[in-house]
Amino acid sequence: MGSLVKQRVLRTIILLILGVYFILPLIAMAEFSTRGKGGSRSLESWTSIVDDEGLMEALVNSLLLSVTSAVLMLVLLVPTMAWIRLRLPQLQRLVEFLCLLPLAIPAIVLVVGMAPLYAWVNFFLGDSPLTLTFAYTILVLPFAYRAVDAGLAAIDLKTLAEAARSLGASWFTVLWKIVVPNIRVALIGASLLSVALVLGEFTIASLLNFDTLQVQVNLLGKRNAGVSIAVSLLCLLFAFVLLFALSYVGQRRRQTVVEE
Amino acid sequence: MTSVAPVAAAKPGGSTPKKGGAAGRPSVAAWLVAVPFLAFVGTFLVYPTVLVLFGAFQDSNGAFTFDNLTTLFTGVVFDAFVRSIELSALTAVIGAIFGALLTWAIAVGNPDGMLRRTVVAGSGVLAQFGGVPLAFAFLATVGFEGLVTKFLRDNVGIDLFAGSAWLFDLPGLTLVYTFFQIPLMVIVFLPALDGLRPQWREANASLGGTSWTYWRHVGGPILTPPFLGALLLLFANAFSAYATAAALVSQGSPIVPLQIRGFLTGEVVLGQENLGKALGLGMVIVVSIAMGVNVLLQKRVAKWVR
Repeated sequence: MGSLVKQRVLRTIILLILGVYFILPLIAMAEFSTRGKGGSRSLESWTSIVDDEGLMEALVNSLLLSVTSAVLMLVLLVPTMAWIRLRLPQLQRLVEFLCLLPLAIPAIVLVVGMAPLYAWVNFFLGDSPLTLTFAYTILVLPFAYRAVDAGLAAIDLKTLAEAARSLGASWFTVLWKIVVPNIRVALIGASLLSVALVLGEFTIASLLNFDTLQVQVNLLGKRNAGVSIAVSLLCLLFAFVLLFALSYVGQRRRQTVVEE
Repeated sequence: MTSVAPVAAAKPGGSTPKKGGAAGRPSVAAWLVAVPFLAFVGTFLVYPTVLVLFGAFQDSNGAFTFDNLTTLFTGVVFDAFVRSIELSALTAVIGAIFGALLTWAIAVGNPDGMLRRTVVAGSGVLAQFGGVPLAFAFLATVGFEGLVTKFLRDNVGIDLFAGSAWLFDLPGLTLVYTFFQIPLMVIVFLPALDGLRPQWREANASLGGTSWTYWRHVGGPILTPPFLGALLLLFANAFSAYATAAALVSQGSPIVPLQIRGFLTGEVVLGQENLGKALGLGMVIVVSIAMGVNVLLQKRVAKWVR
């Protein structure tokens, strides 16, 4: 019994200390971003977020990018991975290696090699920030791969596909009407992760000179710290809500498995 | 290289073979399905990587040379590597210790509880998506006009910046890095702690063991390999990190990622165009060593466990 009390005390101490350590910057951000003139409180930093055209434009860019990157990731990854499980097990290791490779190559290194590549991309496709979709799809690969792989491992893909094929379904129908609905929870998970990652990405966008949310926030910080801090706080809270929602998505999957 | 996008778009219709059973050797058509993915990854991941790795061995005219690599071991570049490694090692150790404690504190609680959910989601945010916002969180807290700075100056009489502008140098980076290292530890280490079975603790207790004997002979040995693995991962993570440092440090390049920024944004000395690539190669080597050691470690462990 004594050790249980000790455990509870120790646990409370750890949670209190680290809790304060991590919450203090959040409080500081809220305090800093509501400072007015002469020690008063003001919401000016918050209201001027919406008025800042550069920031809004960058936000739109980032939101669009988060969608295009998630879509490209799904289009490339899901059919390939399902097909590899069904017909091309030889490629399993290669594809896994390629998908996890970005973990070993820091983004700051990748961007060194991407700079000359993007000179070509921008020459052929224009210099829209949306061309970052290609780079971001690479960045989200490791996370997306794991999520989709777990989803595919949890269903009996071979049997499902054979049943559908014997009933005359085309491979496209198998993919669209059998695979996708069965692993939709994994796909939602992969998409949410990539949205969060794209909205927070700074390294590649800033060094390839594209105007995204984080690049603007950083730039803005040089002349108006209050607004930058307000947007930063919003970013952190938004990412938190996304990941918090994700924890329920994961749980629903666990429950369905139990029910089955 | 630009044909990639159209190929990727044409995928579902073009390359779906209509015949052929599920068994047997895959036909040529079956291989075609993997082409869009491989072409894309080849163009946007393998090609840039190869460009960096080979470029590190070329001079400005494209001829083979070791000069870039030997420069890595001299002057400011070498100092940056040493500082980067120190910073990464120090924050990895701090992150691993406090992260492990925090992980334990949430692992012994309710697995579906609010506390655990909040800590795990919050850790995910800080560990993976912190970046620039984290730098601003620090300016708001301990920057020149930060909440804590002002509080200490006005009420306690301590000037945080009496010595130097430490926040924008290595001590500041160390402090800021713990804010994504501790959370990363939570994410990486939680599965290992969840793997400890309550029966082991009960067996220990029924044999007359104490909390100490449990951790000394059961929990400790089981958790050591995942702990060391997480430590290496944290090291690699801090070593690769760029965004937070870039937003915080706008002058000077104390660490390798910021040195690379210098090469990309034009502070290039003539004849050293490929030195940035050599720095990239150096980073990849350091990260690969950390990850390689981790893989060997986990293989070893897999052998024992069996």
